[in-house]
Amino acid sequence: MFKQIALSLLVASSATPALADGEVNVYSARKEQLIKPLFDKFTAATGIKVNLVTGKDDALLERLKLEGENTPADLLMTADAGRLYRAVEMELTQPVESATLKKDIPENLRDPANQWFGLTSRARPIFYVKDKVKPEELSTYEDLADPKWKGRICVRSSDNIYNQSMLGSMIAVNGAEKAQAWADGLVKNFARPPEGGDRDQIKAAAAGQCDIAISNTYYYGQMLTGEEAEDKAAAEKVAIFWPNQAEGDRGTHINISGAAVTKTAKNKDNAVKLMEFLVNDESQQWYAEANQEYPVKAGIAPSAMLKGWGEFKADSLNLSELGKHNAEAVKIMDKAGWK
Amino acid sequence: MALLTALPILAVFGYVFVPAPEVWQHLRETVLTDYLLNTLWLVLGVGFGVLLLGLPAAWLNSMCEFPGRRFFEWALLLPMAMPAYIIAYTYTGMLDFSGPVQTLLRELTGWGYGDYYFPNVRSLGGAITMLSLVLFPYVYLLARAAFLEQSICVLEVSRTLGSNQWQSFFRVALPLARPAIITGLSLALMETLADFGTVQYFGVSTFTTGIFRTWFGLGDHAAASQLAALLMGFVFMLILLERWSRSRARYHHTSSKYSSIPKFRLRGWTAVAAVLACALPLLLGFVIPVGQLLHWSIKAASKGLDSDFINLVWHSLMLASLAAVFALLLALILGYGKRLNNDPLVNIAARIAAMGYAIPGTVIAIGVLIPFAWADTQLNHLSKQFFDSNVGLLLSGTLFTLLFAYNVRFLAVSLQTVEAGLGKIKPTLDNAGRSLGLSPLGVLQRLHLPLMKGSLLTAILLVFVDVLKELPATLILRPFNFNTLAVRAYELASDERLADAGLPSLMIVAAGIIPVILLSRSISKSRAGEH
Repeated sequence: MFKQIALSLLVASSATPALADGEVNVYSARKEQLIKPLFDKFTAATGIKVNLVTGKDDALLERLKLEGENTPADLLMTADAGRLYRAVEMELTQPVESATLKKDIPENLRDPANQWFGLTSRARPIFYVKDKVKPEELSTYEDLADPKWKGRICVRSSDNIYNQSMLGSMIAVNGAEKAQAWADGLVKNFARPPEGGDRDQIKAAAAGQCDIAISNTYYYGQMLTGEEAEDKAAAEKVAIFWPNQAEGDRGTHINISGAAVTKTAKNKDNAVKLMEFLVNDESQQWYAEANQEYPVKAGIAPSAMLKGWGEFKADSLNLSELGKHNAEAVKIMDKAGWK
Repeated sequence: MALLTALPILAVFGYVFVPAPEVWQHLRETVLTDYLLNTLWLVLGVGFGVLLLGLPAAWLNSMCEFPGRRFFEWALLLPMAMPAYIIAYTYTGMLDFSGPVQTLLRELTGWGYGDYYFPNVRSLGGAITMLSLVLFPYVYLLARAAFLEQSICVLEVSRTLGSNQWQSFFRVALPLARPAIITGLSLALMETLADFGTVQYFGVSTFTTGIFRTWFGLGDHAAASQLAALLMGFVFMLILLERWSRSRARYHHTSSKYSSIPKFRLRGWTAVAAVLACALPLLLGFVIPVGQLLHWSIKAASKGLDSDFINLVWHSLMLASLAAVFALLLALILGYGKRLNNDPLVNIAARIAAMGYAIPGTVIAIGVLIPFAWADTQLNHLSKQFFDSNVGLLLSGTLFTLLFAYNVRFLAVSLQTVEAGLGKIKPTLDNAGRSLGLSPLGVLQRLHLPLMKGSLLTAILLVFVDVLKELPATLILRPFNFNTLAVRAYELASDERLADAGLPSLMIVAAGIIPVILLSRSISKSRAGEH
C-alpha cells in the first residue's frame, strides 16, 4: 500500500512541468472553471500546452516573489486590476510589446508601460428593489452616503477586493478626505453589518432586508441565467442603476480581470500568444456568454443579456489607480467601521 | 527534526522585530480590539460548546447501555469529516434571511424584515455553533478512549468505597480522563484559532482574518507577523494549560488486570435523555448539513461529475494518506526521542513544532515557501557554478513542499496522540525491556508499538481527515495542474455557486467517513479487557 502511494507520488511530482517548449505555465487567481475551457481551445488551436495553478491573488503574488528568478510561472492572471498593479510594484512582471494587445484593449484597461492587460471587464453598479426605489431617486455613488438611505443599503465586507478597488477609485477622483467622509456616511446607511458575497446582497434586497445593493454585474447575470429558481426570482425583483452618468461625471466604476507576463518567464512568446488568444473575438464572446462579463475589445457584441441592461458610461480612470490607493482604502474602511 | 518543522514558523517570525509603528497605531485605533475580543469569545464559546457536546456523549457511550448506543458510538465521530467552512456554507444556505427556512416563515406568517427575531447565522454566535458542531468529536474521541482505557478496578474501588454513579464519575473517572479531555479540547481550540474559512465567510474579524488582511490588504508583513505572534501567545496559553493539567500526576495504569465493565443500563426518561444527548449533535453536525449537500449535489450533478472529478478524489486521498504516514513517523521520532532523553531543548523544539496546528494555513504556507525558495535559489547557484545550468525549482512547487507544510500544520495532532499513548506505558517497562537486552529501538518496536496500536491508528486517521479538509496551504503550495476536492469546493463556493460546491464537499465528507469509522472500531477494540 505504502509503496504504491510512494510510487504514485513520484509519478505525480515528475508530472510537474519541465520547462519544455510548447508549454506555458499560468498562475491564476481567476477560478479554473472560468479559464480552463479557453485554455483548452488555445491548446487545440496552437498545440501549446497550458499548465495551471489557481489560488488567491495575494498568495500567488507572494509565491511568485519568493520563488524569484526560478519560478516556473510565465503568466499571472488576476480578477482585479489592483493586484496587477501590486505585481508591477513588486517587480514581478515585464513589459510586453504586442500590436494586437495594444490595438484590441482600450488604453485605460491596460498598464501605461504595457506591464499588464485587461482581458474582460465588469461593472459594479447599484441595484435597487423595483417596488421600493424609483430610479429617479438615485444618482451617484457619492449620493449613497446621504442620510436619506439610512438603513437601506446592503454591501459586502471591506475584506472584499471589489469594494477596496471601488473605494480606491473614489480616492483617486475625490481625494482621501472626501472618500473617508463618504465611507463614514455609507456605513451609517448600512441595513445590516456586511456579510456574504455579491449574490447575497441582491438576495437580501429581494427578500426585503434592504432597498439597495452594490454588486458586480456578472453575479446578477449568473443569477438570472442560472438553474436556481430562488436566485432567479430574487434577481428579477431588482434592477440595475448605472451611477455617475451625468454630463461631465466620471461614469460607473468598472474593474477587469487581466494578465501580466512574469519577469523571468521562460516561455514568454507562448504567454503573449495566450494573452492575444484571450482577446480574440471568439474568446471575448465566450466570456460574455459564459460569465456575463463585458468584452474589453471594442466591436464585440455582448450577450443578449448584457445588451438588455442598456448602455452606460464606464469610468475611464486608468485602473492602475485602484492599486495605487488600495492600502489607503483599507485604512479608510477600518476607520469608518466598515467590517 | 523538530527544528526543521519549526523552521516555517520561525521564518514568518523573522519579521517580528521589524518595527511597524504606523500600522500598529492604525490597528490599535481601529480593529485590534475587535480581533482580540472576537478571538477570545470564539475560543471560550467553542471550548464550552465542544465540552458540552462531547463529554456527556463520551461518558454515555463508554459506561451506559441505551437504545442506539452501538450506532451512536461510531456515528458521533462523523461530524469530524465535515470541514467547518462547508458546514458554514450549508447552514447559511438554509437559515439566511433569504434562505428557505426564513422565507417559508415569512410566507406562513406574512411578516416582513424586522417583524420577527431570527438568530443570524453569519455572526460570532454562528461561528461558535458551527465550529463546536464539527470539533466536538475531538473531545468525544479522546475522552471516550480515556474512559474505556480506565481500569475497571479503579471504578470498582470507588464504588466499594461508597461513591454512587455520579460521584465516581466526578471524583474518579473525570479526573483520570482529564489529560485526554484537555488534549481533545486543546486540539479543538487550536483548530478554532487557525480557522479562516468559517470566520471569513461569516464576516467575524479574528486574529486569523486580521493577519491575512494586514499581510495582504495593508501589505505589511511586519505588523502581520506581530499579530501572528500575539496569536501564538494564545496558543502558548493553551499548551501551558495542557501541561499544567498533567503536571501534578502521572497517569499510568497501575495494574494490568482488567475485567470487562458491565454497562449501566438506562431506562425510561434517562434513556430518552441519553439518546437525545447523542442524537442532537449528530443531527446538527452531520445529518442536516449532509442532507443539504446531497440536495445541492443532485441538483448540480450533471455538471460536476466527470473524469476530472475522479482525479480530484484520487489527488485528495493520495495526499492525505501520504501526509498521515509522514506525520506519524515524525511524531514517533519526536515523541520517543523525548522519552529517551528528557532534554528541555528537545522538549521546547517539539512544542514549537507542534504550534503549527493553531497557525492559519496561509501563514504556514508562506513560512514554508520562504526557506524552500531560498534553498532552491542556493541549489541553482551551485548548479550554475558547477554545471552551468539552472535546475529550476526542485523543492518549492512540488508535492514535497505540500507534504512538508501539512506536517508543520498537523504534527501537533499526531504528536499529542503518540505522546498520550506513550504516556500510558509505564517507564518501568522500558527498563525491563532494556535489561533484557533490547536496544532503545527494539523497545519501541517490540514493546511500545504493539501496546499503543490504538493511539497510532488514531494519529494516522486524525491527520488523514485533517489533510482532506485542509484548504489554504493546499491552495498556495500545490504544483501545476493539481487540484483537490477542498480546492474545488472552495473555488465554487467563493464564486457564490453553493449548489455546484455541493458535490465536491459531499465527496470530502464521504472520503472522511471511512477512516472515521475505522477509527471508531479500533477504539472500541482497544478497551482494556475486551478483545
